[in-house]
Amino acid sequence: MAVTGAVMVLFLVLHMLGNLKIFLGKDSFNEYAHALRTLLEPLLPYRTVLTVLEVVLVASVVLHMWAAISLSRRAGKARPVKYVAKKSQAAGYTTHIMRWGGVTIALFVVWHLLDLTFGVVNPKGFDSAPADRMIAGFEPSRWWVTLIYIVAVVMVGLHLRHGVWSAVQTLGWANSTRNKVLRLSAGLLSAVLVIGFLAPPLAITFGVVK
Amino acid sequence: MNLTLKVWRQSGPSDKGRMVTYKVEDVSPDMSFLEMLDVLNERLILEGDDPIAFDHDCREGICGMCGMVINGVAHGEQRATTTCQLHMRHFEDGATITIEPWRAAPFPVVKDLVVDRSAFDRIIQAGGFVSVPAGSAPDAHSIPVRKEDADAAFDAATCIGCGACVAACPNGSASLFTAAKITHLSLLPQGQPERLSRAKAMVDQMDAEGFGGCTNTGECTAVCPKGIPLDAIARMNADYLKANAK
Amino acid sequence: MKYTEGPEIRDAKAPSGPIEERWEKRKFSAKLVNPANKRKLNVIVVGTGLAGGSAAATLGELGYNVKSFCYQDSPRRAHSIAAQGGINAAKNYRGDGDSIYRLFYDTVKGGDFRARESNVYRLAQVSVNIIDQAVAQGVPFAREYGGLLDTRSFGGAQVSRTFYARGQTGQQLLLGAYQALERQVAAGTVTMHTRHEMLDVIVSDGRARGVIVRDMVTGEIERHLADAVVLATGGYGNVFFLSTNAKGCNTTAIWRAHERGAYFANPCYTQIHPTCIPVSGEYQSKLTLMSESLRNDGRVWVPLRKNDTRAPGDIPDDERDYYLERIYPAFGNLVPRDIASRAAKNVCDEGRGVGPGGLGVYLDFRDAINRLGRDAVEKKYGNLFEMYERITGENPYDVPMRIYPAVHYTMGGLWVDYDLQSTIPGLFVIGEANFSDHGANRLGASALMQGLADGYFVLPTTIGDYLAAGPFGEVDEAAIAEAELKVRNKIDRLLSVNGTRTPDSFHRELGKLMWDYCGMERTEESLRKALERIPELREEFWQNVKVTGTAEELNQVLERAGRVADFFDLAELMCLDALVRTESCGGHFRAESQDADGEALRDDENFAHVSAWEWGADGPILHKEPLEYEYVKMTQRSYK
Repeated sequence: MAVTGAVMVLFLVLHMLGNLKIFLGKDSFNEYAHALRTLLEPLLPYRTVLTVLEVVLVASVVLHMWAAISLSRRAGKARPVKYVAKKSQAAGYTTHIMRWGGVTIALFVVWHLLDLTFGVVNPKGFDSAPADRMIAGFEPSRWWVTLIYIVAVVMVGLHLRHGVWSAVQTLGWANSTRNKVLRLSAGLLSAVLVIGFLAPPLAITFGVVK
Repeated sequence: MNLTLKVWRQSGPSDKGRMVTYKVEDVSPDMSFLEMLDVLNERLILEGDDPIAFDHDCREGICGMCGMVINGVAHGEQRATTTCQLHMRHFEDGATITIEPWRAAPFPVVKDLVVDRSAFDRIIQAGGFVSVPAGSAPDAHSIPVRKEDADAAFDAATCIGCGACVAACPNGSASLFTAAKITHLSLLPQGQPERLSRAKAMVDQMDAEGFGGCTNTGECTAVCPKGIPLDAIARMNADYLKANAK
Repeated sequence: MKYTEGPEIRDAKAPSGPIEERWEKRKFSAKLVNPANKRKLNVIVVGTGLAGGSAAATLGELGYNVKSFCYQDSPRRAHSIAAQGGINAAKNYRGDGDSIYRLFYDTVKGGDFRARESNVYRLAQVSVNIIDQAVAQGVPFAREYGGLLDTRSFGGAQVSRTFYARGQTGQQLLLGAYQALERQVAAGTVTMHTRHEMLDVIVSDGRARGVIVRDMVTGEIERHLADAVVLATGGYGNVFFLSTNAKGCNTTAIWRAHERGAYFANPCYTQIHPTCIPVSGEYQSKLTLMSESLRNDGRVWVPLRKNDTRAPGDIPDDERDYYLERIYPAFGNLVPRDIASRAAKNVCDEGRGVGPGGLGVYLDFRDAINRLGRDAVEKKYGNLFEMYERITGENPYDVPMRIYPAVHYTMGGLWVDYDLQSTIPGLFVIGEANFSDHGANRLGASALMQGLADGYFVLPTTIGDYLAAGPFGEVDEAAIAEAELKVRNKIDRLLSVNGTRTPDSFHRELGKLMWDYCGMERTEESLRKALERIPELREEFWQNVKVTGTAEELNQVLERAGRVADFFDLAELMCLDALVRTESCGGHFRAESQDADGEALRDDENFAHVSAWEWGADGPILHKEPLEYEYVKMTQRSYK
């Protein structure tokens, strides 16, 4: 979980930086989208790097989900008889929403790809400039899309607040002297990602970016 | 105090088990939780009923024999306290208290609140020791240990093997128990020669026993009567990964 | 109770010659067992505390085929785990004048000259190896910044020879032994039987050849055969019902061995620990010890006036009696356990005790907090204060602790010779279960030392000498069947009474009786009363006890009933032993034998012997083993 999670976090950071280009203007955003596809050209054919990245990413998602499912199944097997009463004692609610949070995020990703990557549910369709798709997707009348997006991104943030620290712990790098810093960093990273991802759609919905 | 107890009763491993309600009256706030159960059991015996079976021995919080899930919390809600050290003054008059055994497949119920924790012994058998024969040890002062290491090793070594960590873990994982022993020995120079093989063998045994995986929820350390920190699990993971990389 | 006197025990098998060479001599004279033969020799070890755990591990490692038994769910839980203070060893790491000889001397003197010189000297010699062994196993003893082991002075010793692991030295040493044991289980040399209770010894052709045990989960009665049997089943302090022992501690194993012919030595020697949390009510199930180290800074007092019900803080200094400091100005609050305990009893008997029932004295940290500051006190005793608060609900930083003496350890036990062999050939007894090394009073931090000395170093050598003549062939089927039948009959009898009182109610009554009549202070009158009352109560037990359930299941009521039945018989022998020994010595205080200041007065002319009791159908038979002191001069202990 830790390694695949780390790959996805890395992706999210780059994805967020890319998204923020919308504030530098539509062209900047479109150029960036184009550049992604022509990376290392002409050494490699069109879209090679992106495809490789996409494959790694998809593999990470699948493995991450597989690991989560197998952990959950092991947990089920390890406790066949449930408690009549059970009360959590650990601090922090983020640990309790990892599994449902994961499912929510997975469903969102499907919608998100249909919307902005394949344009299936986007008013502009697939044959349009990425920036147009984005702006059309979050236009004020489609406020409910923005709402879905907010819920999902916040969920990602919560998922990462526990997930990032947890990954460090799983890889054996955590200890009590570092823990405070690690937990703080995990929180900070989550917060930055949430803000970074929410800024463009909110800006569009409220008409700051047109 | 007057209390209502809802207690898990299960006559044996093949019985399905059920919660049974008992009223207990005139409980003194100075009683320990187990003494309160003693009083109930004395009454049950005289009434010709089967008293509630529960494990206990030292009753001073060190042998690790006692353990029950009280109102949904392993060893009850008072922190850093075993069931035997929990006193009734922490409950309110008229309260209803649910009492259940540790629940985990590798800890099958023997009877009522008694479970079989021999899986823990097998994890230790897999490697939770330093291989030194009796009678051939070098002088104790020939192996100096940094005080910080000795203290940290001690913190991990305080584990009493009660199994509360497993009972509390939503995954039914025994990581904290296993990690405590690995940490204790891996921090000391005496434990170095077998460090990686020990970590691998013990973790593999833990998995083979059918415990769940760790998702770092921290429930274990919150109920641990000795407050073993989650650090131990990180250390175990590091040693385990290293052992597998070799 | 009638008893007869049998012949003296003249030879305890200790080698002769200079005391420092005796153990060496015995090690060399002990026959060795060929490694190939060891595998064919079976040894049963009952009990997995420091003595039993270390013995089973070491015997397994030597190559014997070992079967280990304990009543707990894991060998790691034996009550050695609860020892707090530390373990003595004559390492002299401090250069403060300690030596093997001094540890030997202190132990003989501390035992009030009722222990064997040869045994105690060996114990002091072996003590240094124990620390080496434990450190090599990874036992996390306290260390100093230089990385070397820390030691402290303990229980009034004038040298700093006590090694410790915070307040849980017992658990850390036991885990070391337990891990060594589990290593042998993994290696296949030891087979572990948890949740099994030993109910009889099989004696065939005059040799101990096995045990009858009950599987406490299924109730099955099993027979296990071997070439030698080792009992490491601990002490019998629970005869008092309330003690610092674990709830499961019992005398059944050694008592039933006694009934089979093993002599029981000095049963009246019990140690009462002065600093325990007092009884809080009728429901009390056990007593909790507070480490003796608290007396280093805490001051013990009671109000000057009788029945003073004021809160302790409202009692001005001139109305307080710091009685230990008053009576023993040289040692003050640090007098040995037996003396501190009796002094507390005396002030409570005068009606000056505090807390519920007037059975308690204050242990006050007010002055220490003022002198050292609260932080320093917290650093030293924080965990103990927490434990106290958890149990009593009172905060000892604000209100003085209340303490009262409680039964803690039994120096008596099965009689063993220098080889730790009982009077049944092939039956060895180690740790608290035997009587050998502490005389009439055990010094603080010496129990762990003795348990591990026996288990790691002494027994593995001496048992080889016995086993060298083995294997001993077939065990007589009739002997096994007879033992099995005896066990079954006893269980059936307990289940068939179906009376109106629980086993615990009998145990409580017996315990109260023992505490009142055979506790901290004994008189001829009290002991005669006890000897009259015990048989009556036992009779009622067998007529009126109620044991629910069946024999074929996990039945904790049945387990308790069986143990209580044996406690009755033991209690009787304890009182008899206490009655016959008209002197005071160590933990045995006969009110008739005290000096002008009220201190224990020994009678060396008549009682410089071990009282070893043989079980007889017509009453016990007393065998005296004279004690001779070649090295330590017998003196009257004085702590003034």
